[in-house]
Amino acid sequence: MSTTTAPPKKTNRIGLEVASYKGGRTTLCAGCGHNAISERIIECFYEMGIEPWSVAKFSGIGCSSKSPAYFLNMAHGFNSVHGRAPSIATGAILANRHLFGITVSGDGDTASIGIGQFIHMLRRNIRQVYIIENNGVYGLTKGQFSATADIGAKLKTGAVNDLTPIDCCVQAIQLGATLVARSFSGDKRQLQAILKAAIAHHGLSIIDVISPCVTFNDHEGSTKSYAYMKEHDEPLQELDFVPAFSDITVEIPEGEVREITLHDGSRLLLKKLGRDYDPTDRMNALRTLYETEAAGHVATGILYLDSTRRHFIDHLNLVDEPLGTQPESKTRPPREALDQIMEELR
Amino acid sequence: MPTAEVSPISPPSAKAQQSAINDFTIQVATVNGSGSQTANTVLMRALFQMGIPVSGKNLFPSNIAGLPTWFTSRASKRGYIGRKKEIDFLVAMNAETAQEDVLKLDPGAAVVYDEPLKLNALRSDLNFYPVPFDKLVGPVCPEPRLRKLVRNMIYDGVLARLLGIEMDEVRKALLKQFGARKAKAADLNWGAVEAGYDFAERNLPKTDPFSVRRMNATAGKIIIDGNAACALGAMFAGVTVVTWYPITPSSSLVESLIGYLKRFRIDKETGKATYAVVQGEDELASIGMVLGAAWAGARSMTATSGPGISLMSEFTGLGYYADIPAVVVDVQRVGPSTGLPTRTMQGDLVSTALLSHGDTKHPMFFPSSPRECYSMMIDAFDLAERFQTPVFVMSDLDLGMNNWMSDAFPYPEKPIERGKVLSAEDLARMGGFARYRDVDGDGVGYRTLPGTNHPAAAYFTRGSGHNDRAGYSEREDDYMNNMDRLARKFESIRGHLPAPHLDLNSRAHVGVVCAGTSRYATEESRDQLREEYGFETSYLRLKAYPFGEDLIDFVRRHERVYVIDQNRDAQLLLLMRLEFEPELIAKLRSVRYYGGLPLDARTVTDEIVRQEGL
Repeated sequence: MSTTTAPPKKTNRIGLEVASYKGGRTTLCAGCGHNAISERIIECFYEMGIEPWSVAKFSGIGCSSKSPAYFLNMAHGFNSVHGRAPSIATGAILANRHLFGITVSGDGDTASIGIGQFIHMLRRNIRQVYIIENNGVYGLTKGQFSATADIGAKLKTGAVNDLTPIDCCVQAIQLGATLVARSFSGDKRQLQAILKAAIAHHGLSIIDVISPCVTFNDHEGSTKSYAYMKEHDEPLQELDFVPAFSDITVEIPEGEVREITLHDGSRLLLKKLGRDYDPTDRMNALRTLYETEAAGHVATGILYLDSTRRHFIDHLNLVDEPLGTQPESKTRPPREALDQIMEELR
Repeated sequence: MPTAEVSPISPPSAKAQQSAINDFTIQVATVNGSGSQTANTVLMRALFQMGIPVSGKNLFPSNIAGLPTWFTSRASKRGYIGRKKEIDFLVAMNAETAQEDVLKLDPGAAVVYDEPLKLNALRSDLNFYPVPFDKLVGPVCPEPRLRKLVRNMIYDGVLARLLGIEMDEVRKALLKQFGARKAKAADLNWGAVEAGYDFAERNLPKTDPFSVRRMNATAGKIIIDGNAACALGAMFAGVTVVTWYPITPSSSLVESLIGYLKRFRIDKETGKATYAVVQGEDELASIGMVLGAAWAGARSMTATSGPGISLMSEFTGLGYYADIPAVVVDVQRVGPSTGLPTRTMQGDLVSTALLSHGDTKHPMFFPSSPRECYSMMIDAFDLAERFQTPVFVMSDLDLGMNNWMSDAFPYPEKPIERGKVLSAEDLARMGGFARYRDVDGDGVGYRTLPGTNHPAAAYFTRGSGHNDRAGYSEREDDYMNNMDRLARKFESIRGHLPAPHLDLNSRAHVGVVCAGTSRYATEESRDQLREEYGFETSYLRLKAYPFGEDLIDFVRRHERVYVIDQNRDAQLLLLMRLEFEPELIAKLRSVRYYGGLPLDARTVTDEIVRQEGL
């Protein structure tokens, strides 16, 4: 008779199982792209070995904004008000500069009601990962167009969008985000590599993920459907992420791959596909987005990366310990300070 | 000869003569942007240094340069520092308003005016003092482009001579104003003061009854505006995150705070800031950052005015419903909408008390002086963190932007109170916690901060329905339990607010209730009612909302209670109606002023006299 012993449970580099990175049961529709994105977040934080309690999750309002409840239960979460997660996240990161921020928003939450806070977050280059789960419609209010809907896109009701879409990646590149990427919720490998790069990046990472709404925007005539994306997705590069803690040596074929070292020492390998694409060239990034859009394609991958620009907290010259938990001896000036001020006012 | 232009006046009444020493109001009428502020501040400070109780009020337009502006300094031996309606001494520098300003004066008032305006032709019952400002400024200020600014210092010299303000004190005040670094500018301006004094001495024989005499009523006191006082309160409360969006009349609060923080809150060992100040893109972002920061453990605040309060409505409801501390200073101005942005009002009382949708209510402090601005900011931070809720400090433009004589501020003796925050060690001992469970019966749950190094630390904050473990819930019992807990919390807060100032008068059947800066007019009005009408009153000044038993007792004790409001709709009275029994409501009477100027005693007195039929 043979005895069986349970195989040792698989853990990451800090000894946690993947279960420690899971969240509550999703209440989104079966097949919703957002659920796939939550899965990628769980995998990437697990594989990167980030302590889940060092993470703070933020969101606004909408289907997308529910999703922080569906990953990383061991992280504090803040589901705030519509379009205003950036200010909540900014405040939290000001209070504790060591928090690892991740915001999940949607196209309505970011590009319509939240466009003001989105743009100013870009200017500040707040260090966090900001994911836009982009499906071109408002889901929770049952299928109205959002501001990212493409010209000519059709609703289920037959209504056609005539208004210029807001491209959040164009905004992000122009206004100061330092890692800008677009992906597709159906492209597991690409999204994983982008997410890991964003986790390693010290700055604001904007990831616009086309994430089809199976209930209101997955029909013929939609430009944010699974079928449309499968046909029009144009990856700019094949991505490989090599974490800093990995001892795997990666063989790089000469001339075919760009390599970018991220802040934590991780390496991002960008293998050339159709065109030779330099993601550190801002003008080229914008031109590529305009050109591919005009050609009816959706360019995905790492669109722009700037590892040199300082993020907001660095500009503020803050003490290292979190502002929120400094002792009274650091935050209340001594009696002599008040005496001095009073004397000046006499 | 200028002396020839002095008009004959009616002999001042005996009463006027009596009260003319250290009891008058000077009004300087100039053009916005002409640099008169320095001259006015020096004037006020010189009186203060002579030990005379003094107040200064700047009445300015919403404009950078070109529109009329008035600065009023009141000297009062009895210590009245509210606005006085009557102007005793006018300095007419603005051609545009001079005629109207002169026509409004009571007989017997004095007018220093720019000679070419020829104001003496307007009336024969005033004391006129023509001064050729342009002629005088030339010799003392060779640089033509500086003359516009230096010119105003001349009237300080003229007034010093006419009123008997000691020149040593004027010089001291001027040096204080310019500071050691601007010695050259101080010299230039001092030349102008002396020119004015000399001119008056040689050419202007005194005909009016107003003068000053050294007193000893300002020893140990300071001069400060309410916004700077709030800033000091915030700094000594240990504020760590400040966000703001510029709006008159609150901008100078954060600007003062930035100045103080740079001096006193840089960590000596590292040279790094123990605070962050962020100018938001709007008030929505400012309050959002405040809530995010407080959620993550910071003592965070913002300062704004009515329009900003309106914009903060949604987020304030989230702060209330998700139990997040915040301190918001509302330096109230005249609304609605843009309203009169540079005039004062207490018009946000009701909207702030109930700010946001659903069932929401928020504690408010009502500072009436710089000293209370300072201490109430400290109290507000402790209250916000203890009770995990947004707290409002209701200042106003009069308090915030004007200079006030004030007692010096005491160093806070109570340690900073951070409220119910669980550490990783607490969690290791307890195993876990339920975020919104009312363990202590005061309606306040225990919280953890994001980043707390323990697997059981996390919880999920949301503005949607939640149960006591912070889980999403649309159940009616969960919703109602939570709302009842929040109501319980509000009741707990009631017992932790400063008690009202109370002056019970056993001979009075009538009481007067006010809050904030209404106190100055109200207190002076009580004296007027007693001295002029033999009418006694009791007095209660509210310091915070929600109100307590003291107020109910006070109303119960009196036949009628006048509630003084600086708004059209009797908002302070309305808040009392929300909580009072009908028989108490029936006792309330309303005195309201909403013209945008600081409330004056005569307005209060006249209205009470009218309603009482005295």
